[in-house]
Parts: sequence; C-alpha cells; structure tokens
Amino acid sequence: MNRRKKTGGGIGVEQELESVKLMKAFVQQTAAKHASTQGGLLPCLHEIQAELGFIPNDCLDSVATAFSLSTAEVHGVVSFYHDFRTSPSAQHCIQICCAEACQASGSRELEVGAADVLGVEFDQKHPTGDYRLERVYCLGNCACGPSIRIDDEVYGRIDLAGLPQLVNEAMQS
Amino acid sequence: MTMTVYISQDTTAVAVGAERVASAFVQAAQDADSNYTLVRNGSRGAFGLEPLVEIETADRGRVAFGPVSPGDVPSLVKSMADSKFDSHPNYLGPVSDIPWLANQTRITFKRCGEGDPVDLANYRALGGYRGLERAISLTPQAIVDEIKVSGLRGRGGAAFPTGIKWQTVLDTQGEQKYIVCNADEGDSGTFADRLLMEADPYQLIEGMTISGLAVGATKGFIYLRSEYPRAQKMLERAIEVATAEGYLGADLCGSGQRFDLEVRMGAGSYICGEETALLNSLEGKRGVVRAKPPLPAIEGLFGKPTVVNNVLTLASVSSILADGGAEYARHGVDRSKGTMPLQLAGNIKNGGLIEVPFGVSLSQVINEWGAGTRSGRPVRAVQVGGPLGAYLSRDQLDVPLTYEALTELGGMLGHGGIVVFDDSVDMAKQAHFAMDFCAKESCGKCTPCRIGAVRGREVLDRVCDNTASSNDLILLRDLCETMEQASLCAMGGLTPLPVKSAMDNFPEDFGVTDNQYEVAV
Repeated sequence: MNRRKKTGGGIGVEQELESVKLMKAFVQQTAAKHASTQGGLLPCLHEIQAELGFIPNDCLDSVATAFSLSTAEVHGVVSFYHDFRTSPSAQHCIQICCAEACQASGSRELEVGAADVLGVEFDQKHPTGDYRLERVYCLGNCACGPSIRIDDEVYGRIDLAGLPQLVNEAMQS
Repeated sequence: MTMTVYISQDTTAVAVGAERVASAFVQAAQDADSNYTLVRNGSRGAFGLEPLVEIETADRGRVAFGPVSPGDVPSLVKSMADSKFDSHPNYLGPVSDIPWLANQTRITFKRCGEGDPVDLANYRALGGYRGLERAISLTPQAIVDEIKVSGLRGRGGAAFPTGIKWQTVLDTQGEQKYIVCNADEGDSGTFADRLLMEADPYQLIEGMTISGLAVGATKGFIYLRSEYPRAQKMLERAIEVATAEGYLGADLCGSGQRFDLEVRMGAGSYICGEETALLNSLEGKRGVVRAKPPLPAIEGLFGKPTVVNNVLTLASVSSILADGGAEYARHGVDRSKGTMPLQLAGNIKNGGLIEVPFGVSLSQVINEWGAGTRSGRPVRAVQVGGPLGAYLSRDQLDVPLTYEALTELGGMLGHGGIVVFDDSVDMAKQAHFAMDFCAKESCGKCTPCRIGAVRGREVLDRVCDNTASSNDLILLRDLCETMEQASLCAMGGLTPLPVKSAMDNFPEDFGVTDNQYEVAV
C-alpha cells in the first residue's frame, strides 16, 4: 500500500473505509512479522511509521495482541520515544539542532528565528509546504555547526539568512 | 595511468559540501576526458579541511586538497592532468604530512579515510581481522587477559575497566549471552562513534566478534541512534558483506564458532544511551533506567549475562588483540592507558577528531589543533565530556586530558567531547539548558531527576529573567546535591555538574554580587 497515493478530489466514504481496512491489514501483518523476533516492538513501530507516516492510535490494540501485551503497554512505548507520532504529519521533516555544540556556534539565533523565516512553528506542519519543523539534540556534526537535518541529510554551518533557500531547494529536489 | 581520487561520504563532509564537490568532479573529469576512479571513503576527521579531496599519485603517495568548493574542481582536474599539484591554491601536500593529522597517534582511527569503508579486502590489506584470527587461536580467558593487560577502560564515559567487565560475563553461567554495542552517541560535542562507524565499520564488527569469543556470546546487537542514518546504512552493508565472507555467522573463519550481529535503531531518546535504559529499549520497552544491581554483566539483555560497551571500546579491542595488550598500554599515563579520541567541537576554527595519548593539555588541543574560535573572539568557556560535563573557565585550560586530572578538577573526560564557547556565551543560559534538557529527557523513574530538573529549571528561569534572589542560588545548590546523591543513573546524578561548574566558574553571569554569592554558597 502507499499512503501517498493520490485519490483525486475528495475522498468518498467507501474509499476511506477501504483505506482504513488496508491500513489495519498492514499493521496486523507487520506486527505478526516482528512479534516472533526478540525485542521486536521498536522495529515494528519504526516500520509502521515509515510506511504510514505515523502510528495510528486505533491500531495499537492489534499490535498489542500480536506481542501479547496490553494496549496500554504499547501506548506507553509509543509515547516514550520522541520519534514516534500518533497523528498524520507532513511528509518531510526539518530538524534544527539545539544542543550545546551548535549553541556555541550560533544555533540559539537559528532556533529563535527559524519559525519566523520559515513561516512554521516548532512541532507544527507548514501551512502550505509539505514539511514540519522540529528541534533535535545533536546530529553528530558538532565541529561544523550550527547543524540542521532535512529528512536524512545533514547540513552544516547554517545561518538564519541562508535557511529559507536551503529548505526551498531541498523541498524541490 | 588511471588515477584514484577520494572524496568522503561522511556525514560532516557531506554537510559541508562533499556531495556537490563529488558531482562537480565527475562533471569536470568528463569534460577534460580524464581517466580516474572515484572512491567515496570515510573521513579522517580533519573537519576544518573538509570537503577534502585526495589523489593517489605514483611519486608522492596520496596528496590532498582542502577545503575544496565545487568552483575549485575544474582547476584541480587540470592540475591533475598536468601533474602540477603544488600550484593549486587548495593543495595541502601529502596526506601524511598534514600537521593536523601527523601530530596524532592513531590506533583506533588509523584506517579511517583510507578507502571505501565497506571494502572488506581493503580492510584486510590494512591489517583488519588479524585480531580476530589471533583471538580464534586463544582460550576465552586468554582473550580477557589480553584486554586486562591493555588497561582499556570504557570509552563511553564511565571509564570502567573493560577486562573486569568481560571477566564477570565470562564467569557467569548462562546458555545464552549477549554483546551489546552502545552506539547511542547522544552527547552534544561527540561524533567519534559516528565517524568510526561511517569510516571503518569492520573494526567495530571485528571487536564485537572478539568480545563474543571472549565471553561465550553468540549474538550481538548494535543499538544505534536514529539521528545517524548514514552510519546505519554503512553498518548494515558491512554486516552483510562480513556474513557473506564468513567473518560473521555460524562458522567464524572456519573455526566452527558462531557470532551473529544485528543493528537496532533507537527512537530519539537521550536516556537510552544509559546502559540499562538501552537494554530495556532493545527489549522493546520504554527506555526506563533499571536499578543496579543486578549488573548487566550478570542479568542484562533479556535477563542474560551481557557485555555492554561503547563503539570505541569495542573497536579498540581489534587492535589490542592484533598487536597485544602490552603494546596498547605503552601509550597514555597512570591509569589512563592507550589513546583517547578527542572531539573538538562548538565554536572552533579547525574542529574534528583528534586521537592522542592521554595527557595532552586542553589548551594545546584548542590552540594547536583547533586554531582558536571560529568567530575569532576569545575563548570563555569549554565544556568537556558532553552535556553532563563541567564548564571550565579560561584559567583551567592547562589541565592534562586524563580521566584522573579532569576528575580532580571537578569535571569528567567522559566520551572525550570538547565544546568551545567564545565570550558571547551567557553561562546562566547554559546552566538553564542543562536542567531543561534533563527535565525533557528524564526517563521519569527516580524522583530527584524527574522533579529536581523541573525545579532547577524554574530557579534558572528566574536567574535568566534577573528576578532571582540569593536564596534561589541556595535552593539550586540544594537541588543539585539531592540530584547528585539520590538519582538512579548518571543523567540525574551528573546534570548538576555543568550547572554547578557554571555557577562556580562564572558567578558574574548569575546576577549576584560576589558578596551575595559567598553568602549563597
């Protein structure tokens, strides 16, 4: 299945039901696959989020069943880790490193001004662009900060003035 | 003759433009009809020189250019064709003569940047897998003894003697034992683990395999943070190749012994760098810290005896086995044996990875390797040992970098991260950040950390707003003491270190006069 599939115009009730059914089937299948591996819950949640873009709350019970856990336990794991989301968000993610080494080279200014120059608040989806803005604490690029990450690419020596162009270019490529 | 050209695929090299330089190179070489082989190597860690372009020459060995921008590439290709390297403005000379690298003692990082990180034949040609081959011929006890002789201590921060940890796992009975590599390098200012995993992944794989033979473990996990996608790809590819070539799996090098290895991804939680939280996370649970005892060496992953070691600790094992523990112990001073990979970061001109014997002074690292701040302003504070390390002031920079000397100064060497701040830093804000970060990342298991960090942040809110009284500073010290003495793990226990060192070494930033401060203390 593909969450990015274009449905063309509004989604009808039937189509929506169909897509929920597909989603549930995918979660069930993924959970069954990982349940037999030792400590398989995190890999399972990673795979669900990679495919669906988030971990739907109403799928937690089927994950729980597969792993012989309670829904509350699975919810506990999902809510513990910063990476996991339980609601749909933008496809792309922009993270600004706000940890000490980047602070030393100017990330405090970047952190304060990013929302303004990009037109999106932290932990929110951009109103028009398909991305969200997040803080992150260390990308391992500490000798060449301030650092940001756009999806899986890290960029170094970023300043506020250059940020919008960098984001625009990355969104277009 | 076909030339071999090396451009790094390391995260930092790419973050400062190595990918664009590589594309420019392919284009320019095509335009000039030049014959070459492009190898995407790992980085040597001289990040002030990245993007670094290296060329293998017949007469001069490997020569380097850096930092190279895409605009420099056409003239570089021309100088290759004419063999007139010296005239190029970015020419640095032979790689081995670059002072930044030549003045280091590289043991763990010696192969980094030499070639394609997943090229197993190259790894072997550079001395790789000699350690494992020797380990296969030894008894488990003899391997552990070799590690004891080396004096190796955990490089993740706690500096626990590795040989003793392994001995405990070896001596503990268990049908199944595990080797767990802590690759959750969450400390800001540290990137040595990442660099090594991206540049020389087999060394880690070899070290873990040796560790498995030493304690009788047949399964290993690398717990890698999700912020390191490049390292993930590199490790997974290397594990695939090593398995195909018989260096992992059911019959290690034909010895009949087994060791399987798997990469598991974290999910953005800082506390999972603490070993017991990491084990819970690997088990698929919330990353909550466990009370010790039982030690992970006795009841670790899934309740089984488990070695938990940092990336650099396990990587060091391969050279210790290859060349002997005594050879490794020749380096360093006192009980800080061997070499320490330092990571110079923050506001620094030439940052990067510096592997030197223990005992080099902090000011030497900042001035000689780092060449001062990137902003050109004076150094005001240096945080050594990650977010939980102390903030040192200018007059403390002569400290020799050993575990013991830093401890004596009230700080810690930790994982070797050095973050330099210039005189624009507000130390009250840094102290505030330390408490704020602890409040955000606390696993919540113990009260001193969970509540203490929140209360500490509230006090520092007032300090930063200039509304604090001297009573607030007394309260903050009291909170720090409670966190230090009563927290379950190092996060709550060490968060007071940056806070207190900022107060002690930079009292003028905390909005109280000397007189009031003395009263507060």
